[in-house]
Amino acid sequence: MTKLFSKLSFTGLMGLLMIGFSQIAMAEEVATINSGDTAWMIVATILVLVMAIPGLALFYGGLVRSKNMLSVLMQVFVTVSLMSVLWVVYGYSLAFGDGGAYNDYIGGGIAFLSGINGDTVSGTIPEYIFVTFQLTFFALTPALIVGAFAERIKFSSLLVFLAAWATLVYAPICHMVWGGGIIYQMGAVDFAGGTVVHINAGIAALVGSIILGKRIGYGKDNMAPHNLPFTMIGASLLWAGWFGFNVGSELAADGTAGLVMINTQVATAAAVLGWAACEWIGKGKPSMLGGASGAIAGLVAITPACAVVGPMGAIVLGFVASCIAYWAVTSLKVSLGYDDSLDVFGIHGVAGIVGALGLAILMSPGFGGSGYDDGVTMISQFIVQAKSIGITVLWCGVISFILFKIIDATMGLRVSEEDERAGLDSTSHGETAYRS
Amino acid sequence: MKFVTAIIKPFKLDEVREALSEIGVQGITVTEVKGFGRQKGHTELYRGAEYVIDFLPKVKLEVAVSDKLLKKVVGAIEKSAATGKIGDGKIFVMSLDEVKRIRTGETGEEAL
Repeated sequence: MTKLFSKLSFTGLMGLLMIGFSQIAMAEEVATINSGDTAWMIVATILVLVMAIPGLALFYGGLVRSKNMLSVLMQVFVTVSLMSVLWVVYGYSLAFGDGGAYNDYIGGGIAFLSGINGDTVSGTIPEYIFVTFQLTFFALTPALIVGAFAERIKFSSLLVFLAAWATLVYAPICHMVWGGGIIYQMGAVDFAGGTVVHINAGIAALVGSIILGKRIGYGKDNMAPHNLPFTMIGASLLWAGWFGFNVGSELAADGTAGLVMINTQVATAAAVLGWAACEWIGKGKPSMLGGASGAIAGLVAITPACAVVGPMGAIVLGFVASCIAYWAVTSLKVSLGYDDSLDVFGIHGVAGIVGALGLAILMSPGFGGSGYDDGVTMISQFIVQAKSIGITVLWCGVISFILFKIIDATMGLRVSEEDERAGLDSTSHGETAYRS
Repeated sequence: MKFVTAIIKPFKLDEVREALSEIGVQGITVTEVKGFGRQKGHTELYRGAEYVIDFLPKVKLEVAVSDKLLKKVVGAIEKSAATGKIGDGKIFVMSLDEVKRIRTGETGEEAL
């Protein structure tokens, strides 16, 4: 994403040079659409959409009990739809507009996509494609949080919370990291969304699961996943779609895109092996759920790092992040006692933090990384990364907390005990996933 | 007449059916069931959450037989369903008062 800025300034520089050489080409060199980049970004956008539906929906759906299957699918499906509309109405403006005096934190000025049309160009692609690509991130991130509330949240409260969260948390953080705000200015590296997407979603999930409280029967009833094959299919769609997410964040079909692609694959593969190894050693048997969980942890960890580490660094990052996420969901969650139903914090939050910090070390040329900017050392990069995480955690944590409390006091966050026991499919949506 | 109910390991069903056919049993009824005995259940682990599965899947088969065939039937089930490991199941024998074939109205051993 930082590439966009370098690309814009590069285009500007080229423009200046061109004026020196020729006086007639002024209108054309400002913005040229590259058909290769454009074609790739259309595909990448669709891939990110597939990550959410059906990828994430199935990944989550398989993990809940059968009486809540449709509720999770529906929560993801409607969240994606709601965010898509909000994005073009004002989300894109808040995230990528010029906020004037408040530009460090928030953008503005292009609500309803004003000023954008079929001829507007962003980098080397039509701006509408950039808007839609970013829309899929805006749609996916709140959908990730759904996993923390699964099996007990009121559908209306979920939508109100996620709409408010996307407006007050996602859009500002996105602007701070990718829209030219303070985190970008600090020099933090977040290529495809470690802070914006995964740490952000993970922290909201943690706060939400604590305020919402545990599911009825948590720790006593059998809450085993009802369909792990769905979870495996979902995880695989997430894996495949993530190439759109990570490689697409290059916004071009170029050499860096190649690096991002191989890093995304090997980090994820190493993370599957890491989780399986931890389970095998720690619990005696490597599970399919563990393999799928490891894949997601690896994908999350490589997300911020995929353009600055080398393939060997990616393997290390994926493996380590997976082992730490394994510890978070099997030990940390139990010792802290919160019920993050589908481990959104344990996987997205924890692996996201490991990825954002780990890249500061692994981007060193000694580890095959791309190296640091002038005047930046491993330590200073690490500190900047930690600061970017700190800002995200604080901003997201505080605002999420306030939003949850307001909604809990006004609408109520949870369904009734009776409805929770009966399952959300029939009580919230009036339908049943499976008939015998 | 006797009514024999056997609880067996699901994967043994085909062998038991073959053994019963060989000794002339004309029909059996099979149900998928769950239960526990001395084998007890097992534990499953999902991301650190451990669940005890108390009830294991078994197959229940029911067969009505004449008194003179009873011994062979029980023997055939016992032999074909055995693995020697815990959880092989049990055979229950009950006396049977009456049988009627619905199509023809035959009763007693004629109807078996």
